[in-house]
Amino acid sequence: MSLDRQNRLLIGLGIVAAILIIRLFVIQIVDTSYKIDASNNSMVYQTIYPTRGIIHDRNGKILVGNKITYDLLVTPKEVEAFDTLALSEVLGVSPETIREKMDGYYRDRRKIGYRSVVMFKQLPPETYLKFAEVAYRFPGFRGQARSVREYPFNAGGNLLGYVSEVDQNYIDRHKGEYSSGDYAGKTGIEAAREKELKGEKGYAIYLRNSRNKIESRYRDGAMDKEAIPGNDITTTIDSDLQQYGQMLMQNKVGSLVAIEPSTGEILTLVSSPGIDVDVLADFGNHYNEILGNPYKPMFNRAVQAPYPPGSVFKLVNGLIGLQEGVLTPDTEYPCSMGYHFGRSKLGCHAHRSPLDLEESIMMSCNAYYCYVLRDILENRKYGSIGEALDKWNEYVKSFGFGRKLGSDFPAELGGTIPDAAYYDKVYGKGRWKATTVISLSIGQGEIGCTPLHLANLCATVANRGYYYIPHIVKDSEHVTIDGKYKEKQYTMVDTAYFPYVVEGMYRAVNSGYGSGGTASVAAVEGLDICGKTGTAQNPRGDDNSVFICFAPKDNPKIAVAAYIEHGSFGARWAAPIASLLVEKYLNREISPQREALETRVMEGNLMDKVKTD
Amino acid sequence: MRLTEKGILRNIDWWLVAAYIVLVFIGLVNIYASIHSTEVSSIFDPAGRSGKQFIWAIISMACAGLILFVINPRIYEGLSLPIYIATVVLLVAVIFLGTEVKGSRSWFELGPVRFQPAEISKISTSLLLATVMSQFGFRMGRAKDFLSVAAIILVPMLTIIAQSETGSALVYVGFIFVLYREGLSGWLISLVGIFIGLFIITLTASPYAAILALAAIISFCDSAYTGALRNWLRIYLPVLAVLAGLPFLLDWLGSLTDNPHAFIKSVNPLYILLGTCLMAVPAILFKAYRTRKLFTMLAVAAFLSGIVLSFSAEFIFEDVLQDHQRQRIEVLLGMKEDPTGVGYNVNQSMIAIGSGGLLGKGFLHGTQTTYGFVPEQSTDFIFCTIGEEWGFLGTTTVILIYVFLIARIIISAEKSREAFTRIYGYCVASCIFMHLFINIGMTIGLMPVIGIPLPFISYGGSSLLAFTILLFIFIALKSNENHNFS
Repeated sequence: MSLDRQNRLLIGLGIVAAILIIRLFVIQIVDTSYKIDASNNSMVYQTIYPTRGIIHDRNGKILVGNKITYDLLVTPKEVEAFDTLALSEVLGVSPETIREKMDGYYRDRRKIGYRSVVMFKQLPPETYLKFAEVAYRFPGFRGQARSVREYPFNAGGNLLGYVSEVDQNYIDRHKGEYSSGDYAGKTGIEAAREKELKGEKGYAIYLRNSRNKIESRYRDGAMDKEAIPGNDITTTIDSDLQQYGQMLMQNKVGSLVAIEPSTGEILTLVSSPGIDVDVLADFGNHYNEILGNPYKPMFNRAVQAPYPPGSVFKLVNGLIGLQEGVLTPDTEYPCSMGYHFGRSKLGCHAHRSPLDLEESIMMSCNAYYCYVLRDILENRKYGSIGEALDKWNEYVKSFGFGRKLGSDFPAELGGTIPDAAYYDKVYGKGRWKATTVISLSIGQGEIGCTPLHLANLCATVANRGYYYIPHIVKDSEHVTIDGKYKEKQYTMVDTAYFPYVVEGMYRAVNSGYGSGGTASVAAVEGLDICGKTGTAQNPRGDDNSVFICFAPKDNPKIAVAAYIEHGSFGARWAAPIASLLVEKYLNREISPQREALETRVMEGNLMDKVKTD
Repeated sequence: MRLTEKGILRNIDWWLVAAYIVLVFIGLVNIYASIHSTEVSSIFDPAGRSGKQFIWAIISMACAGLILFVINPRIYEGLSLPIYIATVVLLVAVIFLGTEVKGSRSWFELGPVRFQPAEISKISTSLLLATVMSQFGFRMGRAKDFLSVAAIILVPMLTIIAQSETGSALVYVGFIFVLYREGLSGWLISLVGIFIGLFIITLTASPYAAILALAAIISFCDSAYTGALRNWLRIYLPVLAVLAGLPFLLDWLGSLTDNPHAFIKSVNPLYILLGTCLMAVPAILFKAYRTRKLFTMLAVAAFLSGIVLSFSAEFIFEDVLQDHQRQRIEVLLGMKEDPTGVGYNVNQSMIAIGSGGLLGKGFLHGTQTTYGFVPEQSTDFIFCTIGEEWGFLGTTTVILIYVFLIARIIISAEKSREAFTRIYGYCVASCIFMHLFINIGMTIGLMPVIGIPLPFISYGGSSLLAFTILLFIFIALKSNENHNFS
């Protein structure tokens, strides 16, 4: 055969045919990956969702449990003409809703294809059982069990956190762990312990025939995967105390945090106003309503709000002064309605003068701490005020301020403690002096700390010099917490100096009315409460009311920080609230003579004072 | 009536008819398989696509009978010009009067029937080409003849592109095989191939690589043609090798200095390459002129137009091609990940074909094609159903039947004594071949997704009818010839 043009074309035809056939040989016989993909296409994986782990409180009570609901799925391709009215009656929805949804599926029929879509979410079991009885009349519809959260205690939505369906963004951020339709904890404990709580999805495999009918279970379910329920966790929360704290904080904006000083375990963490647990179970439907609430209930003030600590911070400055040697317990300073420097004055209230360290804490003298801070900053040991301020900054940070404490609660705020570089930037290098920053002495100015920081300070003082990193999850059968939560964290101040401060706090509460002690309202007979009030300026209205306290004085069992926005003096709202919480925890009940106080607190409403623009 | 002529049945090429009937039958069976899960009760149910196709098959075969036994084959030559003109009018008219289907205006809707003038135009173009090229004294080498042939092919092709049916227009490229058979230089076909390659290299690699490859291929061909291969090895090869290494050298030099404004970093290797060409091309041209080497001059012209094409590739790609075509090419060439799922069709179709294995899942037992995973599965992606349900055995059989059909047309065209029959036969073979290659190539990921049917098999009445007429005119011509010469 000579190579004329006819034969060349025939050879070309042969070559092209050979290329096609070789390619087909590769796809159909050599390369098995297409067969695997194809089996994916013809097997139906039905997801079995695991139940989330149960969240217990420290006493074994269930804080967050599960209940079964049903999603109603529909496969539009399999639906035959059905009685819309009957279905609407069974499900308790209007026939229009069903018609609208079916019309929508019809419009999207190309996109949906042979898949099933969720028609109604989270039907209660009673409704589902009614449907199940008549399900044979509605081919193409089926129910899928799904467990959702149930809350026996009103322990506060911000503490517990909510669980909701993952969005695309969430799926992308957790590569390969979630897929569309899964649920995940988004805030609070649910988010902090998502890994333990979520469990593992399983699946059941069914085979479809070429008419897309489900024929049988694949290998009688031998290849199915059981869902593994999430692990239960035990929190450090005391559910009764948490619920009592929620009640005390109702109609007030602020936070209430209680820690067990000997372990660092958080007993109570209230952020008010918060999210009601009833809303939490069906968070998706209330989401916009919550976002629109002017009091921002999603904002967890206990760990995220940066507040000035106010006079409570005097404890820290006093301790630093003692450690630095610029102050002794016997040092006395005068006060004539404030501290005068140049032409300015930092005011104080009327009390006797002069005072020593313990009395300065007891009566919360502002002038005293101006002297102390000035001595700290103008210490000749350091080359400059800047250097001294940086040293001070180091001290303060050793108490946990100005940084994340490292608790296991998500989205913890670090807060701010200024250093020399900060003031150099604001005023210029060398253009500020001790009096410029004098408000730091009384916990005002450029200090931002969270109620959790303050509770931690209280626990540190209660322990006479060290703290455990606050945490909300305890060791339990399936969960072991990080070793760091069991290590003592010492401050840079020698433990020998703390008893003086404790004594001052004791006298602030227990000296009786008329003695000048600022926190007599917090006294409970037999409990030896030690506390420190604070009144922090709030540029948006009335001062914030602050109080930290622990009890009993020896071997403290509880350390509390209460921070009430616009509550005016520390003794007015924060001290009663904190002391009631302490009393409830230690005595399990409120003594008769303090019941009037309890009523006043519970009925008090400070919401009007909060500007909500 | 030719039916009365003696021995007419004996003169018909029954092998071709048999291949045709087998293919139509395969089509019916697989159309039914691809739709049976959703719509209809039986293969002949006229509500379903297989039933409709069955009706069309009967109409088509009636037409085939008409062509074989009634119409005198001699009229085609005389009628070819009016038919061609009428077709072009229809092709233009449909742009303005047609119904819009999937973004292109190429369908006429007459009551329940839809048809695409582009289908007819394959027939009329083939007829006119055969008429013109079989004229006594027609020479492919003569400019006037070549231009008229080119015009016959390009007019319908460009009109179809104007209808946004670029895919169907691609079939007309196949006529180049007819021209080749009738004396068109083989170099021209290679040139078309080279330019397509150039286009792809420019898009996927860089103009630099494309032009360099072009220079290498054209200079090599020229040297081979003029018998100066040794010369090529001595001069061109080293130069080309140096130029090939140039970008890497520049990169390496650039990395030696930290100065971001260093001169070396601003040097674009493309300028050096173009500079080299600018010096070499006049010298080569001058030498070719002196030694009267026409081929070399043409090669240089080809090279220069290649450079122009390479620089306009970006423009053609961005501005001439439609979005979906561009995306399909991008996916096929691996230029882009496939975020919008343009490759979805192909992927699903390859899964369907791949899952068939050696013997397939059996008639009506395919799961992929019947779930709606593969779109257009009864029209453009009918090959998936064949692949899934009949396996490698089935796909190979179908391809071999086509090869048999095409090869038999070519061989019998070649044997024919009349130039008209021969040329028309080559036209038919080219059309079927292009459809076969593009359609199957698309389902197995060798070609971008171009929506053209698989001849005789795909669902679609006007397509089946048009291919039937196309094929049976040839069979009739051939039988007439056999009758006259036996």
